[in-house]
Amino acid sequence: MMGLDRVSMGKGTAQRMNGTLSREQHLELYYFMQLNRQLEERLVRLFRQNKIVGGVYSSLGQEAISVGTSYALEQRDWLAPMIRNIGTLLVKGFKPRDIFTQHMAKVTSPTHGKDGTSHFGDLKTLHVVSPISMLGDLIPVMAGVGMAGRYLGQQIVAMTWIGDGGSSTGAFHEGLNLAAVQRAPLVLVLENNQWAYSTPVARQVPLKDLADRALAYGIKSRIVDGNDVIAVYETARWAVDECRVGRGPILIEAKTMRMKGHAQHDPAEYVPKDMLEYWKARDPIARYEKYLTNSGLWDAKTKAEIDARIERQLDEDQKFAEESPLPDPQSAEQGVYCEGCHEIEADWRRPKEQVMPPAASVEAVWKVADFGAATIPTGATQSKPEAQPAVHYPKHAHQTGHGASQPPRSTEASAGKPAGEDLSGAPPLRVPFGRGPKDRSFEREKQQNQPAKQNRHRRRRR
Amino acid sequence: MGEVTMLEAIREALFEEFERDPAVVALGEDIGVFGGAFKATEGLLAKFGPERVIDTPISETAIVGAACGMSYLGLRPVVEMQFIDFIACCFNQVTNFAAKSHYRWGAPVPMVIRGPSGGGVHGGPFHSANPEMYFVHTPGLKVVYPSTAYDAKGLLKSAIRDNNPVLFFEHKFLYRRIKEELPDAEYTVPIGKAAVRREGRDLTILSYAAAAHTSLEAAQVLAKEGTEVEVIDLRTLLPLDRETIIESVKKTNKVLVVHEDTRTGGIAGEIAAVLCEDAFGYLDGPVARVTALDTPVPYAPPLEQRFLPSVEKVAAAARELAKY
Ligand SMILES: Cc1ncc(C[n+]2csc(CCOP(=O)(O)OP(=O)(O)O)c2C)c(N)n1
Ligand SMILES: [Mg+2]
Repeated sequence: MMGLDRVSMGKGTAQRMNGTLSREQHLELYYFMQLNRQLEERLVRLFRQNKIVGGVYSSLGQEAISVGTSYALEQRDWLAPMIRNIGTLLVKGFKPRDIFTQHMAKVTSPTHGKDGTSHFGDLKTLHVVSPISMLGDLIPVMAGVGMAGRYLGQQIVAMTWIGDGGSSTGAFHEGLNLAAVQRAPLVLVLENNQWAYSTPVARQVPLKDLADRALAYGIKSRIVDGNDVIAVYETARWAVDECRVGRGPILIEAKTMRMKGHAQHDPAEYVPKDMLEYWKARDPIARYEKYLTNSGLWDAKTKAEIDARIERQLDEDQKFAEESPLPDPQSAEQGVYCEGCHEIEADWRRPKEQVMPPAASVEAVWKVADFGAATIPTGATQSKPEAQPAVHYPKHAHQTGHGASQPPRSTEASAGKPAGEDLSGAPPLRVPFGRGPKDRSFEREKQQNQPAKQNRHRRRRR
Repeated sequence: MGEVTMLEAIREALFEEFERDPAVVALGEDIGVFGGAFKATEGLLAKFGPERVIDTPISETAIVGAACGMSYLGLRPVVEMQFIDFIACCFNQVTNFAAKSHYRWGAPVPMVIRGPSGGGVHGGPFHSANPEMYFVHTPGLKVVYPSTAYDAKGLLKSAIRDNNPVLFFEHKFLYRRIKEELPDAEYTVPIGKAAVRREGRDLTILSYAAAAHTSLEAAQVLAKEGTEVEVIDLRTLLPLDRETIIESVKKTNKVLVVHEDTRTGGIAGEIAAVLCEDAFGYLDGPVARVTALDTPVPYAPPLEQRFLPSVEKVAAAARELAKY
């Protein structure tokens, strides 16, 4: 099974002092998490007042993931959020007013009412790619962002997020596989919040740890306690650093819980109450507040100041959004095509000559290092994926200088286990914290597995 | 310079654009060392290197997705579909991601998706398709479908320089069957402009790609019978060159649309609607059409022949229309 070294759970933040983050940074992490939460609470209120045009997708209880991961990025890096990643947009530099106006479809929103929620971005300064609703599609896109950044010599890292449910899409597989063969600087954060709409993770993926999906692509992965913002940050920081030196892509699985329904309309009665209680006790913000107090990083006064600042900012931005007009109907007809409205110019950070002939020229033949014969390890339980690209292109004789066109090499192999594991004797799929109320099969299974007495008791209680 | 095939013209366009702009890169299956299933990218890797000519896994969604991401950083990726039929596998990336990007959040996607399309080569149901209309129905895309070597080169260069996602269909029946001499000097052909291939006063045939050649042949047959047919090659299907179409109708008052795409939902229906909107008063007869059958592209030669438009079918339909 998985080595524990892959799990950055720690013993809980309270017992760990962190050496790499300054006090200001610690406080900033709190600020962003709390801003994220308070902003979403206001969105919920606005939704109830019918001031939101579409849906509101809560990231309650998952703020540490959005904030901790994106906090590891630099300004030059790129990110693409999913629907529950408002926190990443705040960290990257968007303002609460952008989120308010987007949800209220105001003309002042980043998309001028053309799209809602967190479906917006900024190519020029913040380097944020807008998501689309189709789950998984951002993964190949961000692989391409990473590849383009490398090509242009920018040394950037691309980061995006996916849900436990979204990890079963074809785009997830194709995207991560392409990123892996290209060794793209891509950090993929898989937020395992136990639910994909009404369906528990065990019905989505037959794996205990979704990080194990990384094995299929020969890439490195880590599992992290998604409700521990410091652990999340440290893991993301490691992944970003690895990617920056050409050892990507990397998959991070953050274990967490979706504390609300799929969206505001969904009361999520299918989620067992005790499951919510279990996770409520692990609320990332409450935990982090305790950690800051115990570590002497703040006092009540500092907290009050930050909270007041958040309130002020949200008051101001909400007011701005509410007072903004809806877009002019006529603007619906504009902007389908880019006809001279954008100057498209790549930001070259390397000499262009390197990618032009003759410097770019190669001999167009495959040099194949691995002839692909079956090697069956005797008694081995681990097989290590190839650490280095199995093929490369020989340089042309006339080329000078060193290999700009050589694919970057990975020097570390990821943890591996045999690909064809025998699952015939494996126990049937199970929902970790109970079952959906309408799923009879689970009821039957439970009856079979439990003593008769307890069964009667259960039935009576209902 | 001697005569070149349409395939060579496409390759020339790629080489020239790669030479002109280091932001141009190519992605696709077997396009590098192998030079592509039809050799459209032959020699590109050797000259421009593996950073710019990327052999990918068989993952159409990932290829187009990555190209979108690259375009956001200012690159101009040219994606090859090994056969255009496989574009169905990345329909979502094309229609939802690329096409809507600029409208939704102002992010242009300067990207070309090109690939061999069309029938007549006994490719069967999965290697002969003309899926252009799925994309003509998608605002945000441009759809180009040339019929000559000259146009293929000039339009591909325009497509690469365009700031929008352009789908570039290359009719594989024409790849090596047509030849022409190309100018030595640099040139482009504008997207969105139709070409009058033959002037006539009696009726107008609107067509594109291989069917444009069928239409021209039919026009020759009809000329011997005394009917002067104007043949217009649409070249770009989205945006449609309404102006050229309507100008011709004002002159001939009769329109026959010929396409190799299937009938229901083909461009002929759209053109009929356009003419009803903007040129109803000029029409002396119904808008007629000769199209492929509403079936998948069949494999056996006699079946495929039955499926495709032919000179005889076009001439027959034109004779009927000329009676009005
Ligand atoms: C390709 C695709 N299919 C279906 C949907 C509809 N849908 C939106 S969110 C969702 C559940 C997603 O679950 P998960 O990926 O675990 O993310 P979470 O909502 O838990 O954050 C579904 C089915 C979609 N957006 N995209
Ligand atoms: Mg989920």
